[in-house]
Amino acid sequence: MKYLRNTALGLTLGVTGASFAMADSHATELTIAIVNNGHMINMQSVAEAYTADTGIKLNWVSLEEGVLREQVTSDTATGGGQYDIINIGMQEAPIWGAAGWIEPLEFSPEYDIDDMLPAMRNGLSHEGTLYAAPFYGESSMVMYRKDLTDAAGVTIADNDSWDNVRAAAAAIHDPDAGVYGVCLRGKPGWGDNMAFVTTVVNSFGGAWFDKDMRPTLESDEWKAAINFYVDLLGEFGPPGSEGNSFNEILALYNEGKCGMWIDATIAASFLTVDGVAYAQSPNAGNAVGANWLWAWAMAVPTGSPHSEAAHDFVEWATSKAYVQAVANHPDFGWGSVPTGTRASTYAYPEFQAAAPFAAAEMAAIESAAPEATDMKPYVGVQFAAIPEFPEVGSAVAQEIAAALSGAKSVDEALAAAQSAADNIMSEAGYY
Amino acid sequence: MATVTQHSRFGNALWPVLAWVVALIFFFPIFWMVFTSFKTDADAVKPENLFLFTPTLENYVNMTKDYDYWRFATNSVITSTFATLFALVVGVPAAYAMAFDPSRHTKDVLLWMLSTKMLPAAAVLYPMTFLTKNFLDMYDTRFLVILVLCLINLPIVIWMLFTYFKEIPKEIIEAGKMDGVSTWGEIKDILIPLAWGGIASTALLTFIFCWNEAYWTVRLTTIDAATLSKLIEGNRAPEGLFFGRLSAVSTAAVAPIIILGWFCQKQLVQGLTFGAVK
Repeated sequence: MKYLRNTALGLTLGVTGASFAMADSHATELTIAIVNNGHMINMQSVAEAYTADTGIKLNWVSLEEGVLREQVTSDTATGGGQYDIINIGMQEAPIWGAAGWIEPLEFSPEYDIDDMLPAMRNGLSHEGTLYAAPFYGESSMVMYRKDLTDAAGVTIADNDSWDNVRAAAAAIHDPDAGVYGVCLRGKPGWGDNMAFVTTVVNSFGGAWFDKDMRPTLESDEWKAAINFYVDLLGEFGPPGSEGNSFNEILALYNEGKCGMWIDATIAASFLTVDGVAYAQSPNAGNAVGANWLWAWAMAVPTGSPHSEAAHDFVEWATSKAYVQAVANHPDFGWGSVPTGTRASTYAYPEFQAAAPFAAAEMAAIESAAPEATDMKPYVGVQFAAIPEFPEVGSAVAQEIAAALSGAKSVDEALAAAQSAADNIMSEAGYY
Repeated sequence: MATVTQHSRFGNALWPVLAWVVALIFFFPIFWMVFTSFKTDADAVKPENLFLFTPTLENYVNMTKDYDYWRFATNSVITSTFATLFALVVGVPAAYAMAFDPSRHTKDVLLWMLSTKMLPAAAVLYPMTFLTKNFLDMYDTRFLVILVLCLINLPIVIWMLFTYFKEIPKEIIEAGKMDGVSTWGEIKDILIPLAWGGIASTALLTFIFCWNEAYWTVRLTTIDAATLSKLIEGNRAPEGLFFGRLSAVSTAAVAPIIILGWFCQKQLVQGLTFGAVK
């Protein structure tokens, strides 16, 4: 017993000692909540130069997308203070800006804000004020195996018709050889299957809500779009598509199992198979909204204890100089620079050479239209920039996945989706 | 007779084979995680590199360089150790009282304690964040993590200890009382030496639960008190296949607990099967 007591005492003292040994230092520190993607991981290395220049220590808190949203939301809603800089998406930026949860951003003339792609700037602003600076942006496009389409004697054009895309998928579909005609997102989630599905609905002339913000999920456009999506993926997609999102399809594509993939433009930088060609997103007569628009951006929460330093860092991390720093970094280069944010990036011949998808990505981003129109009374392409959208989108996503898996018919799924969305919107007081 | 012997021989051969198959199925994900941790992110997703690849320690080097692994690991050790100790300090006397001096409410209290485990953690996330950050100023402190880990494991600790203590004949404790031993003396000199195996296995299981806890440790910390659970969480990526890196981080996070479990497997098995065979 004496031995045990002494061991326990020693352990306690040792651990307590270690705890005190890790006392905080008093240098200026910025705590940055980031989403875990390649560009942000690279930034941690590139920013070592920023720390060396300014003496500001950077603490990176890397989180999975869902957890990041949850934690940043609860931190911001409870008065902030944990983070000096946060990563938020295009869905949150205008809402949080309007609510006063994040600070407006103003930059020095050297920042050249007019170089920022207009679609990104508009999508991250509220009433003309920029609230978050994009560090990486994306749209969606078709990425197809040209070797397979050539062999099958079919073509896929920019802004092609869905009928032609379906015919191309049928022509290259060869499950016996392990190649599926088309791979599309099916995993339920407002940022997963609904990102793609919404673009299909848009391209059929549909929208999430009417002018009174009532859900329109049982409209003819939604029914036509979802029937098309379910049939296309059911006939020419890989089995178990209702479990596939970006990463799952990326793995399938790189294994040579997808003849065609319509997804985020960032995917092009991860593709390792040869002979990939790109085309602008297809549509069913309405090209507006057929390709999505998204950005991960940096914002400064109201209540940040180091607001000035945080603004300085955001300016540096989203500047032209940062793009150059990544391009010149010995571990990275032009193939790793953040895309989808600045027009000047696409003008560099070195970038064009390193990223064969650059022109297609730029065209997709420039054609994306997040503004509210007569057809849709909300901001956003594949989402609506309203606080209730994640809840509405998640509920509808489950129903669409059920239709895809065959658990429900399309009509049943859309009726259930309409009912759920209607409850959420009416409870939120829209009507 | 011959048939019975054949059946018995068949059974003798079958069960070990079945046990091995089940063990291998359970072990395979861990093996694959360790295996993948020595691949680059690019190799980890290439079918041609499924088994044949050039092993690299790149992921482990990057993990310590880019992610400050040791800070997360230190926090895990400190919070799990102290949460376990505190849970035992409260749990041993509580279980002692319930086992040897039960009241008519003891059963209800035990059930009530267990029912607290049924509360969905998400239901109290916002109040917990608000209280610990805005009123108690405890957010992102090791003390908060220790407190939360201790409290969420306390029902299990008390239940396990209660079960062990019930196996000790009450007469032994009563004999101590007759000899004038104080309550503290009964616990220290009689109960703990007799139930040492049970207390040790409870401590080990509690330590493992604390180490693996991910809901609160991810959500109530940012930098200072972040544990290895948060390091793993941060390496999940929605866009991009970083399996090599994720596998290395996961391997480094679970390695200490697997090693601990390996050395203490006798106590663990004893604890898990306690009362199964009488």
